[in-house]
Amino acid sequence: MFARGLKRKCADHEEDMGGALAGFRAVPSYSLQRQSLLDMSLVKLQLCHMLVEPNLCRSVLIANTVRQIQEEMTQDGTWRVAAPQSTGRAPLDRLVSTEILCRSMREQDGVHPAPGMGDDHVLGPGSELSTVTSAQTPRDPQNSVWEMDSPRENRGNFQKSLDQIFETLETRNPSSAEELFSDMDSSYYDLDTVLTGVVSRAEPGPCDGLQGLPPVATPASSSSCKSDLGELDHVMEILVET
Amino acid sequence: MWCFSQVKGAVDDDVAEADIISTVEFNHSGELLATGDKGGRVVIFQQEQENKIQSHSRGEYNVYSTFQSHEPEFDYLKSLEIEEKINKIRWLPQKNAAQFLLSTNDKTIKLWKISERDKRPEGYNLKEEDGRYRDPTTVTTLRVPVFRPMDLMVEASPRRIFANAHTYHINSISINSDYETYLSADDLRINLWHLEITDRSFNIVDIKPANMEELTEVITAAEFHPNSCNTFVYSSSKGTIRLCDMRASALCDRHSKLFEEPEDPSNRSFFSEIISSISDVKFSHSGRYMMTRDYLSVKIWDLNMENRPVETYQVHEYLRSKLCSLYENDCIFDKFECCWNGSDSVVMTGSYNNFFRMFDRNTKRDITLEASRENNKPRTVLKPRKVCASGKRKKDEISVDSLDFNKKILHTAWHPKENIIAVATTNNLYIFQDKVN
Repeated sequence: MFARGLKRKCADHEEDMGGALAGFRAVPSYSLQRQSLLDMSLVKLQLCHMLVEPNLCRSVLIANTVRQIQEEMTQDGTWRVAAPQSTGRAPLDRLVSTEILCRSMREQDGVHPAPGMGDDHVLGPGSELSTVTSAQTPRDPQNSVWEMDSPRENRGNFQKSLDQIFETLETRNPSSAEELFSDMDSSYYDLDTVLTGVVSRAEPGPCDGLQGLPPVATPASSSSCKSDLGELDHVMEILVET
Repeated sequence: MWCFSQVKGAVDDDVAEADIISTVEFNHSGELLATGDKGGRVVIFQQEQENKIQSHSRGEYNVYSTFQSHEPEFDYLKSLEIEEKINKIRWLPQKNAAQFLLSTNDKTIKLWKISERDKRPEGYNLKEEDGRYRDPTTVTTLRVPVFRPMDLMVEASPRRIFANAHTYHINSISINSDYETYLSADDLRINLWHLEITDRSFNIVDIKPANMEELTEVITAAEFHPNSCNTFVYSSSKGTIRLCDMRASALCDRHSKLFEEPEDPSNRSFFSEIISSISDVKFSHSGRYMMTRDYLSVKIWDLNMENRPVETYQVHEYLRSKLCSLYENDCIFDKFECCWNGSDSVVMTGSYNNFFRMFDRNTKRDITLEASRENNKPRTVLKPRKVCASGKRKKDEISVDSLDFNKKILHTAWHPKENIIAVATTNNLYIFQDKVN
């Protein structure tokens, strides 16, 4: 219904399968879904940062949502990505594997190219990253969202990026890097049931939860992971450049 | 019973960006209907005089005047384009033969005079009819120029330009009941203007924090009270409405009343704040009530009671379980407007799939109708629509998953005296009338 061209797989089955199956479908972990919402929100904040002039109301609402998630995660003490689950139906595995992918890639290349950045408009990625890493604490800045070993410190980084976004709303340095996110795989899982805390009256069919939306294109998964890191790079870039 | 009357705008599905309607407003008599679009144009329709013979319908609206109100601008300091999109139009009450309206884009408000010309002077001594000057030596007799009728010409001319007073995007303008002043509101500030003075405005509300990093709330709409010229309200992205009295102090940072409904803990989610953000606030004609629109509902507040609304109407509650998807595709940030009928007994607001909803405050009945070219024979009665939230879909019902979220009705207007409504889809304006028997 929402993603272009994607049909919900089991829309027809909903009427056939009753509540019987509901119990067998474990809802994806709340923290995982919450993390996805956080990621989505961060992307939105940055996207709106790119556009002609950001809609301040929208930015404020998204930033408040991010803060809420951040606060809750801090209270839970879960200010980290969930450890890779051994169980998994395909989508869960996919999420986990991209995380592993990202981690191993970061370890492999000291400096990895920020994805999708047009060479014409932006500084060479190598120089950016080295500037960033020197300005930051010894910890790799990408870790601030993806892996929280030290919650307080990374919370600081995170809060800083959020604040920087607002500051730069005033002193905007336009960069035409919209193509940065054009490849973004935006087929997030169906978070509705879990996150809104409202279960629609229809019993969740086999398609609710993580299996709701199949990925747009599997080959894109690694590039989407790269862009996720790239967006954080961009936040840091703003931090440093302004 | 509502019937189709007219539809204005292009037929094809390929919508030109500039044609997207961004505001709709009847004037005080209802004779004129103005629309603004994303391309900065204003189109005014005029209701033709009632045809006494065809008494089963009220006059049709035909184009009266079209003009380019705002042009795109470029802010060189910030390297940003300023959109020419017309955010709001507000009519002034008519004082003489001409009509006046205020139109605004994100940064600049303009006062337009719309006047008719149906006669022109003829018979000048020194000029030919086409304007060429006559050789004075050929003039042998003198005559007095006279006015002769001509084809009606409607002219729009900008009389005042109120610029450079808003750092953020203007979301509202509202004319005071004194008909001399008006307010303009952006995300963080509200300014008070005098209609005659363009180089000065008074800042009456400022919610900008000293440190922008602390910003958590913005102004979403503002309106003057219809009768008390010292009173106005403004709504926020956190779902609150503040009523301010300009007599209390020059800067109305401290509200006189704060209207806020406590949150329902059972409905709490990460999206609670977003859906509580108020997209529109409108006083009733009587001035006793005000109506607010948030993402899922319409609320009627009694100005004498701050702690909760007196009436709440669910516009599309079936969307509550879809909030995450609506957040993903940005629909959750859509700003729906709402309006009262002339007698304050019915309220109306838009929804998705080109549906719009009306709530009768007296009978407590509500109806969902669709603005669609399928029903476009004049005097076709509109069939009520129904959305099936879950379970088995009945015949003629539409399931939530089939709703077209690109077809949204954000702007609606109700004639001040009669049961005629104007409903704007993306690029078309529909006019519906109540069946007159």
